[in-house]
This record gives sequence, structure tokens and C-alpha cells, in this order.
Amino acid sequence: MSQTGTVGDKVFRVILFITAAIILLIVAVMIFMMVLNSMPTIRQFGFGFLTGREWKPALSEFGALPFIYGTIVSSLIALIISVPISLGIAIFLVEQAPKKIATPIAFMVELLAAIPSVVYGLWGIFVLAPFVRNYLGVFLENYLGWLPLFQGRLTGIGMLTGGIILALMITPIITAVVRDVFEAVPTTQREAALALGATKWETTQIVLGNASSGIAGAVVLGLGRALGETMAVTMVIGNSPQISASLFEPAYTIASVLAANFAEATDRLYLSALIEIGLVLFLVTFVVNALAKLLILSVTRGRASAKHT
Amino acid sequence: MPSKISISNLNFYYGKEQALYDISLEIPAREVVAFIGPSGCGKSTFLRTLNRMNDTIPIARVEGSVLIDGKDIYAPGTDVVALRRKVGMVFQKSNPFPKSIYENVAYGIRINRMHKNKADLKERVEKALNDAALLGEVKDRMNTSAFGLSGGQQQRLCIARALAVQPEVVLMDEPASALDPIATQKIEELIVELKKQYTIVIVTHNMQQAARVSDRTAFFMLGKLIEFNATQKIFTNPDEKMTEDYVTGKFG
Repeated sequence: MSQTGTVGDKVFRVILFITAAIILLIVAVMIFMMVLNSMPTIRQFGFGFLTGREWKPALSEFGALPFIYGTIVSSLIALIISVPISLGIAIFLVEQAPKKIATPIAFMVELLAAIPSVVYGLWGIFVLAPFVRNYLGVFLENYLGWLPLFQGRLTGIGMLTGGIILALMITPIITAVVRDVFEAVPTTQREAALALGATKWETTQIVLGNASSGIAGAVVLGLGRALGETMAVTMVIGNSPQISASLFEPAYTIASVLAANFAEATDRLYLSALIEIGLVLFLVTFVVNALAKLLILSVTRGRASAKHT
Repeated sequence: MPSKISISNLNFYYGKEQALYDISLEIPAREVVAFIGPSGCGKSTFLRTLNRMNDTIPIARVEGSVLIDGKDIYAPGTDVVALRRKVGMVFQKSNPFPKSIYENVAYGIRINRMHKNKADLKERVEKALNDAALLGEVKDRMNTSAFGLSGGQQQRLCIARALAVQPEVVLMDEPASALDPIATQKIEELIVELKKQYTIVIVTHNMQQAARVSDRTAFFMLGKLIEFNATQKIFTNPDEKMTEDYVTGKFG
């Protein structure tokens, strides 16, 4: 009995090890295959691929900068909108709301994360784009039109709309993580502040101070999501490979160019260009997500108390 | 001499569960009063009714009155923030903020806007640290993290932080229970010293500690106040049989 038990345990351990190893293997193979398949453009354009502004597949000209620009700017817009909202929701849920209210709201926020991307995209086309064209864009043009950001052709389809859609999509994840981080801040920190005559707001500031690295992690995690989000953005950003100061103008992101063009990329160099740009996105989101995890762990594992401002 | 704190007919409930039963107690100014009793007897809960710290628990409910300087702190319209400034608190586990030593002590002064200028703030911080018998050990590293201090030093830092807002009463919830004997002794010496300026209420698990530092002792049992008397009397010749059994170690 004990003999078979030992053998059984050995087999069991080996199987578990293999399942775990598969993950590492998949990542390694993905990177390897992407590098291999992007060799043609890496050889032909070198670093210039990342800085080139012209994307003309018909002429075999491939510069990825407009996509990199579009990805970064749309994600930044998303963060600028989403971070304050997420912080507000999380502070309300953890520090203010009675449990009766907090639980359903938290549930709703998490449900938002479950809506399929393409549905966000549809909503973007039919609700958000007209709203931006008829109201928000007009408002921004009237009051902030002196900024180059808010000049130009206002169609409702463009960088701004893409950024807003992204903001909606990353708010649930940022809120959920910030909430966990707040809950990990020891009650004794709040009591210490209260006992000194701190108001609710001052107590919340102490909580924020304790949670700062976790908040940073949540923001970076949201950034990682925004960088890689594909479908909804593809549907509202306009898909035009240009770099424009105006947020009203159409733009293009790495994820959307991949989604929109892969099927028609027939020649070798075109395919290679798409894969290389995908590799860039993969590496960037990989690093961003790893960083986010580290920052979040520092708080939820209770190590925030080992740090200080 | 009138009482600093006068509690009458206090009942306390967590939801439907009653945790304190009809407690009446007079705490004189500038004395140390110790609360003793077995775990779960309500002594910490009672302590936390004195600065309304239980307000943070949604289902908590209080009946009866707690007068501090003759004013009922549970009267409608009471400024709880001002109350907590007047009634400071030191917790079981030291809980410095993730800030420097200096900023920890300065925090309460800043949020209550007590200082006239930077020099005044520095003076107040140093005085509080000095009163907490910590200044000598930290004056060369005021701007380093509070987490670099030892457990006993952190607890004295928390005492300094509480003293910095110039409270009149200091509540201490088992302040030395997580400390080694030497650090404990320092805290106890400090308590005796602080009595000259402050009214101190201390909850302790450790009966010898109550005997060493307090002037009066209240013995709690299952949410009831069994006996409140001079410490000397409680430990040598208590009125109640139950008190005697507890202090002589027959149960608990």
C-alpha cells in the first residue's frame, strides 16, 4: 500500500510539474515564434521600424510609430479618466458606504468587467460616438478649443472616443484591485488617525498613503489592459495610421491594426511587420503587468508597513 | 475633587448581543485607572466607549451616559473629532504611520492646526517625544522611517504621537502586551510619569502591571463591573469574592 502510494505520489508530482511547465513553455514558444516570424522586417528596417511614420503595405513601407503612438495616447486618455473615478468608487465602497450598499455596487462594478469587448464597441459606435460628436466634442471645442488637442474635424470616431471606451473598460479592474488594496490596509491605521482627531477625509488620506504602491500597481494593471484591448477600440478609433495632435482625429492602435489587417496580409514582409508590431505589444504588456503584480503584492501581502513615504 | 470622567448606567450592544451591562464608574483626574478581567470581559469595549471609537462599528449601540468634564460625549451634536483630540488613545499593537518618526508625531499637530509655524511644530514634536521618553533615542534620526524602531520604541512613538495633540485623557489598550519585559518596564515608568499631567485609563491583561502602575482598579467579568476600588485594596483585600478569586489566580 505504502509502496504504491509513493509511486502514485511521484506520478502525481510529475504530472503537476508538467502542467505548470506547459505555461512557461507556451510563453517561451510564443516569444520565439514571434521573433522568428518578424525577422524579415527586423532585418529590413531594423530600429527604423519603430520610428517610421509611414505605413504603406502596398509600397512595402512599414513604420509602426503611428500605432505605438495611438496605443500609448489612447491608453493615457483612458487612465486620466478612469483612475480618479476608480479611486472614488473604491474609497466610497471601503471607507464610506454601509455594507448593504457597498456589496451590490461592488457586484455591479465587477459585472462591467464581464461585458464582452465587442458589446462595448457597439455601444461606442451607437451611443458614445454620437455623444462625443454632438455634445462632448462641441463642449471641448468651445471651451478648450485653443488647445491643439481639441481642434479639427469632429466626427465622433477617433482617439478621444477610443480613450473613453477604454476608460470604461479598465475602470472595473482598477476599482477591484484598489478596493482589495484598501481592505488590506490594517484597521489600526484608520483607528490611529481617528484617535488623533482626524476627520473622515484625513483618515482616508492615511489609508491612501498606506495603499500608495498598491494603487500604483492597480493603475499599471489598468494600463496593461488598455494597451492590449482590441475589439472595442478598433470599432471606434477610426483606424487611420496617422499621428495627429488632435484627439478628435482618427488614430490606430497596435491591437487594432493586427485585428483589422491580419487576414489580408498576404506577402511575407507585410505579415512580418504585423508580427513584429505584435511582439512589441506583447513585450510591453508583459513588463507592465509584471510591474503591476509586484506593486500590488507589496500592499496585499502586508508589506506596505515595511515601506514609508 | 470632581471626576474627570463619569460613566453612569452604560449598556453596550453589538447588534442584539449585549456586551456591557449597566456600568457606572467615576474616573478622577490625574490618576491611573486600570481595567482588568479575563479575555472577552468587555474591558476593551468599555475603554473604546470613552472616545467613541466604537462609532466605527456600524452595529454598535450605546445606552447611558459618559460625562467628560461634565459634558455627555454621547449627547447629540457632540463633536467627535474634538472629543478624540481631548481623549487620546494608544493601541495594543503599535501602529505608526508609514512616515518618518518626525512626521508621525507631527501628524496630529498638523491635522488639528495647532502649530503657529515650522519652529513651533518642531518644538511640539520634540516635547511630545521627550514626554514619551523617546527623544534621546531618536533625535539623530527623526527623518528616518518609524518602522526602523524597535517594538518598544514604536509603542513609545505612538504614545508621543498621542501626547502631541495635548489630550487631557489618554486611553491605553494593553499597551505593553506585545512587548518584552524591558520595553514593558519603560512603558510602565512612563505611565507613572504621565500621570502628573494626564488622566490615564489602561486596559491590561497583566495583573501585576495593574498593581504596579494604577491608583484604582476596576475588575470586569462577562460585561459587568464587579468591583472598582483602590488598587491596593483590590489586590490585598477586595470586597468581592470573585475579585479575590481572579487576582489570586483561581480562574482567568
